[in-house]
Amino acid sequence: MEPLFGKTLSELSEVADEAGLPAFAANQMADWLYKKPTGSIDDMTNLSKKARETLKENYTIGMAACVNMQESTDGTKKYLFNTKTGKFIETAYIPDKDRHTVCVSTQVGCKMGCLFCMTGKQGFQGNLSAGEILNQLRSIEESEKITNIVYMGMGEPLDNLDAVLKSLEILTADWGFAMSPRRITVSTIGIIPAMKEFLEKSEAHLAVSLHSPYDEERKQLMPIQQVYPLDEVLSEIRSWDFGRQRRVSFEYIMFKDLNDTPMHVRELVKKLDGIRCRINLIRFHPIPDTPLDTSTDSTIREFKENLNNQGIVTTIRASRGEDIYAACGLLSTKELVNKK
Amino acid sequence: MQQQLSKKTLSFTDEIAEGVYLLGFERDFEFKAGQVIGIGMEKEGPRRLYSICSGEREHEIMILYNVVEEGYLTPRLCDLTEGDEIWVTGPRGEFLYDSAPALWIASGTGVAPFYSMLRSGQHENKTLIHGERYLERFYFYNEFSETLGEQYTRCCSAEDDPAVFRGRVTAYLQQVAALPSDFKYYLCGRAEMVVETRDILIARGIPYNQIISEIYF
Repeated sequence: MEPLFGKTLSELSEVADEAGLPAFAANQMADWLYKKPTGSIDDMTNLSKKARETLKENYTIGMAACVNMQESTDGTKKYLFNTKTGKFIETAYIPDKDRHTVCVSTQVGCKMGCLFCMTGKQGFQGNLSAGEILNQLRSIEESEKITNIVYMGMGEPLDNLDAVLKSLEILTADWGFAMSPRRITVSTIGIIPAMKEFLEKSEAHLAVSLHSPYDEERKQLMPIQQVYPLDEVLSEIRSWDFGRQRRVSFEYIMFKDLNDTPMHVRELVKKLDGIRCRINLIRFHPIPDTPLDTSTDSTIREFKENLNNQGIVTTIRASRGEDIYAACGLLSTKELVNKK
Repeated sequence: MQQQLSKKTLSFTDEIAEGVYLLGFERDFEFKAGQVIGIGMEKEGPRRLYSICSGEREHEIMILYNVVEEGYLTPRLCDLTEGDEIWVTGPRGEFLYDSAPALWIASGTGVAPFYSMLRSGQHENKTLIHGERYLERFYFYNEFSETLGEQYTRCCSAEDDPAVFRGRVTAYLQQVAALPSDFKYYLCGRAEMVVETRDILIARGIPYNQIISEIYF
């Protein structure tokens, strides 16, 4: 059975066409799928009974409930969803006053092999479909409250570009979730061709994992630097107009004595010259057997102030959910270990 | 950054093991062993990156790849024959050799950049550990064996051979007596192998800044 959830309007039109339904049935289906809490095709009551029976022969709604949830004392929640591969993906819900952010996964595992990342240790099992990405938004308790979405969970979003673009289309289209692209941020480690296509085809914000302004250091942290060096990523970004509407930000995990010195501040300022951007400093959540350490709070604060003084808007991302395996990939790895 | 695209005519294509192919086309650009090129079927279509598998001075560029059944490119690529055309980007990448002693660690077709280095004459003080599931998949065995001699170890996870370590590369690295701390360690292959191997090397005392990883994606 094929899932309907995650199909674009043009794909739903094909479904309607194949099932011999009138063209407007595609809009009706989209309405049920993306605007109402629909559990089954039978709920689509403005389709004829015969139409629903025909659809049920080949299709299902295709949403999946979470298999586990942990809640932090700070209100952050981590949801676990099962995947076809028997492994798990994580979705984080992060409330902050009026802001309700959900962090979605795009792949089961990851291929990018970053030194500081727990997800990479699970290997790569596959891409999530657009439906599986969107399911993480629809199948959590806080579904109705979501104000912001970040594609920063498990996996490299731009290594699964087709599904990510499709999910963004459904999220932002009037016939879909009708959400503003300005409330959505897609993160990448800098796969240049895919980043270019994303920038062409979507209006969502871009976040780039930077982590070091120095080539050799970045290579050791992120193998992608071998193929798509930061200078080329930045050169591509410079060719796009990031005005007041669309934002580019840089993620910077702070590692003690590695990338947290005044020299790094100076080099960052030099590298980012001419790019209207902001930097998010992130405390490193240590993962098992890592050779990396977390910068001290005072170092992070000083780093932030130095960057701000040099004219780069810099914030420190508040650490959330530290009591529930905050680092991406930790909870799902623990669940895998339990399963074995 | 705009990668130059050019059309190339295949001079040969060969299935060297089940589902594993080698293709070649005339070289008309300079590259460094360890670099990759993007390959696509059409000018505008999707492209994938592959390590160059031939020497820097050779007349042909060779690419080693295995067919990913659910993939877009390789099921099409393997249907091509001599005289067919593909689209290729210029070389890029910094998975490059230097004169320091190094351990090359590869799984599967991840051996390609090391073969390129070998064919470019950059094998002095280098040791290769290659992991594969089946014995027939130790591509370029004769040349590696002839050139590297004792500095070449095969690890086979699914078949026995007295001359081959039975098990995965990671198992070999865990049981090998000593890992030189002044070597560079080059890793190339699937992400799982690269990440697991890197963890083992770090656990065995190799500083992470001596580990150079190339991932396939």
